[in-house]
Amino acid sequence: MTETPTARSGQPLLEMRGIVKRFPGVLALGGVELEVRAGEVHCLLGQNGAGKSTLIKVLSASYQPDEGEIFWEGQPVSLTTPQAAMDLGISTIYQELDLVPDLSVAENIFLGHEFSTAGFSQRGETTRRARELLARLGHREIPAGRSVGRLSPAAQQIVSMARALSHDTRLLILDEPSAVLDQGEVDNLFRVIRDLTAEGVAIVYISHRLEEIRQIGDRITVLKDGSTVATGLAVADTPTSELIKLMTGRSIEYVFPPRGKAVPRSAEPILEVSGLELPGVFSGVDLSVRAGEIVGLAGLVGAGRSEILETLYGARRPSAGTVRVNGRELRRASVPAAVKAGVGLCPEERKSQGLLLDQAVYRNITISTLGRFARLGFLDSRDERRRAATVTESLDVRPAGVDRLVRLLSGGNQQKVVLSRWLLRECRVLLLDEPTRGVDVGARAEIYAVVRSLADSGVAVVVVSSEVEEVLGLADRVLVVREGRVVHEGPADEIDESRVLDLVMEGKVA
Amino acid sequence: MSEQSTSPGADKGPDTGAVENTVAPTTDTVRVETAAAETERDTGGGLMSGSFGRNIGLVLALLLICAAGVITAGDRFASIDNSLTILRFAATIGVVSIGMTFVVTGGGFDLSVGAILALASVWSTTFATQNMAEDTHWILMVFAALAVGAGCGLVNGVVIAYGKVVPFITTLAMLAAARGLAEIISERRTQIVRNEGFKDFFSADVAGVPLIVVIFVLVSAGGWVLLNRTTFGRRTLAVGGNPEAARLAGINVNRHTVMLYVLVGLCCGLAALMLIGRTSTGSSTHGDQYELDAIAAVVIGGTLLSGGRGTIVGTVLGVLIFSTLSNVFTLNNQDTSTQAVAKGLIIVVAVLLQQRLARRATTT
Repeated sequence: MTETPTARSGQPLLEMRGIVKRFPGVLALGGVELEVRAGEVHCLLGQNGAGKSTLIKVLSASYQPDEGEIFWEGQPVSLTTPQAAMDLGISTIYQELDLVPDLSVAENIFLGHEFSTAGFSQRGETTRRARELLARLGHREIPAGRSVGRLSPAAQQIVSMARALSHDTRLLILDEPSAVLDQGEVDNLFRVIRDLTAEGVAIVYISHRLEEIRQIGDRITVLKDGSTVATGLAVADTPTSELIKLMTGRSIEYVFPPRGKAVPRSAEPILEVSGLELPGVFSGVDLSVRAGEIVGLAGLVGAGRSEILETLYGARRPSAGTVRVNGRELRRASVPAAVKAGVGLCPEERKSQGLLLDQAVYRNITISTLGRFARLGFLDSRDERRRAATVTESLDVRPAGVDRLVRLLSGGNQQKVVLSRWLLRECRVLLLDEPTRGVDVGARAEIYAVVRSLADSGVAVVVVSSEVEEVLGLADRVLVVREGRVVHEGPADEIDESRVLDLVMEGKVA
Repeated sequence: MSEQSTSPGADKGPDTGAVENTVAPTTDTVRVETAAAETERDTGGGLMSGSFGRNIGLVLALLLICAAGVITAGDRFASIDNSLTILRFAATIGVVSIGMTFVVTGGGFDLSVGAILALASVWSTTFATQNMAEDTHWILMVFAALAVGAGCGLVNGVVIAYGKVVPFITTLAMLAAARGLAEIISERRTQIVRNEGFKDFFSADVAGVPLIVVIFVLVSAGGWVLLNRTTFGRRTLAVGGNPEAARLAGINVNRHTVMLYVLVGLCCGLAALMLIGRTSTGSSTHGDQYELDAIAAVVIGGTLLSGGRGTIVGTVLGVLIFSTLSNVFTLNNQDTSTQAVAKGLIIVVAVLLQQRLARRATTT
């Protein structure tokens, strides 16, 4: 790699100023600042939905920003096509590796810029150059001729990096590279990263694991709710607690509805889960929720929280354990059985799992209650619309109008549509997975109020959220999940955020 | 909040009342968002008129082909007899296409319709050509055809829904197997129906309209009601539009998928009976390339091949366009090869238009 003049002059390699990106109804990025120097490892921190993915897509030119400027070595540039970003030397390695499994390692590395003579590929040259790149990454043992699908995830990642380097990369973006690796492989990855930075390549490193950032990072930028809350922090001078605060701390206070009077411990539970197990994800999960109670599950992404909800809802097949609603055991792995028993789920991925985006609001609401509007299978759609309108009015879905396509609503209002579905069904148990992800602050407060009033009316609620403060503020009782096990259970007002974070990160923070 | 129930379309009233009554503090962002969504709603309305406009477009295309027929063939085209010929021709493929509309709307695909039709026609006529036919009632033929159709559909559906084999492969296998079985049963001979009761029934006219045309009209009307007015239709749209969301909403997606393939199988059985009625024969070559004609009609009609949106009216218009086109070509002594070229052009143009409309609907 050539010596980069910028490394010496101190001018940043890349600078992003005031980047704004809007999607219909959602402000994904609201003025993000980022400055990356040649030869450094710049860590990008932030919770799910903070805008990290959107930011790197702007950087790799998959998305066009609506506002803001990008400078490359001090010169303003506009990244209009992914090719333009690549020409500057920006490469991205995504979480889902974009390799072609049936092509060989060498073919994957040079995909799109193959060595060829008059259209015939030069296999020898391709293989030789691929071996060079693999050697530079310290992985001579990866056979250049093997098909990529037969390699381990770690080796595939190296192939991705080799592909990035084949483009004369000067800025390499790694999106959660350690997610698929074990400890030894992570160490190897870090060695490769150090070699690259020594050659002047800048790295943008995204990870949830704070201890990794301690090990490899030089400086940190923290994103929250689509904005930069801190930029250019030196890793060495910033304590972990400070980082966690920056990531999770609220810029605007939450408005949590007051808790009602405590549900007596003697009350009969509506939902009882015992010994639930999903191999490799979680095991031995016991959970009981009484009428009027909100139980929160806190934990890191990947700790198994969402999977617990989906399994007790019947959407995944457990290997052991029972789920009872009102004392009656549910048939295993059957969503219809759970729904029939009065359980409702607002799934984590609202758009892909929760909604029929191209259909009207009322159809999304009545989909779980169709039988109620049908006589001999024929639907009374006027009744459907009327009942759906009553529910959406009570939740204040805006803009009103049940014939509107769900796609055109904002995130918060889409979430209210999913809630309306279960409100209409008068469910006894409501499972909420990340109920306020991608929801703006005003609508968040409204959703909290709705959940609390549902509980007050006797519904048993289970909430999963990555935001500890949300779990603590909304729930009556909190369960902390770490690596597929419940490690703590207790009343929400007897535990604070830092204690939860300790439990969640235990053994993770150095 | 107002006590009156909102009727559809009554949502243009000012939202301010609602905003002031919120449970929680409302921020300015919410108001801005409301305004933004309000403007977007207008494009939503435009989309509705777009699908209406599409049907108008199909009607215009049909009229254009008719005009071409009148100009090139004159009275030979514009006669009641010829119209009935077109409709009789359209009826069998039409019934199959209605069934196909459901499968495609539900996110599936069926390549085996023509083969199922052939098998049903052979199985059914075997009853009438063997000795036992003398003393059995022709209604048995009807049951046989419908049972064969439903049975093949059941096999397709179970393999696709529970075996998780992609529809393309499953129905391709059924295509090969069903036609092969039809050849074995019929020993590759055309089986002529001599049962007078059957022939009298299926070649009858109802007020001057051939019965098979009447069946096509009834199936279309029934299909429209089923898709647009019943829980079955609503679930079909949900399963095709977002199977994961449908599953998590409590719909038994696998069972519904099986029912969709049984439905298209039944349509094939019915179409087989109509074809036997029209030709008085059962044959393993019946329904050749029906899968392509049916998919073509469904696609140019405006049903999304990716599922989630379906139109019976569009499919009927699509069927009529293709059968009228082929009639006009035949009257002008053009061979089937020229027809095939024209058909190909129409499909590509129609789908290009469809994609453009879909893109406009999603980007705004």
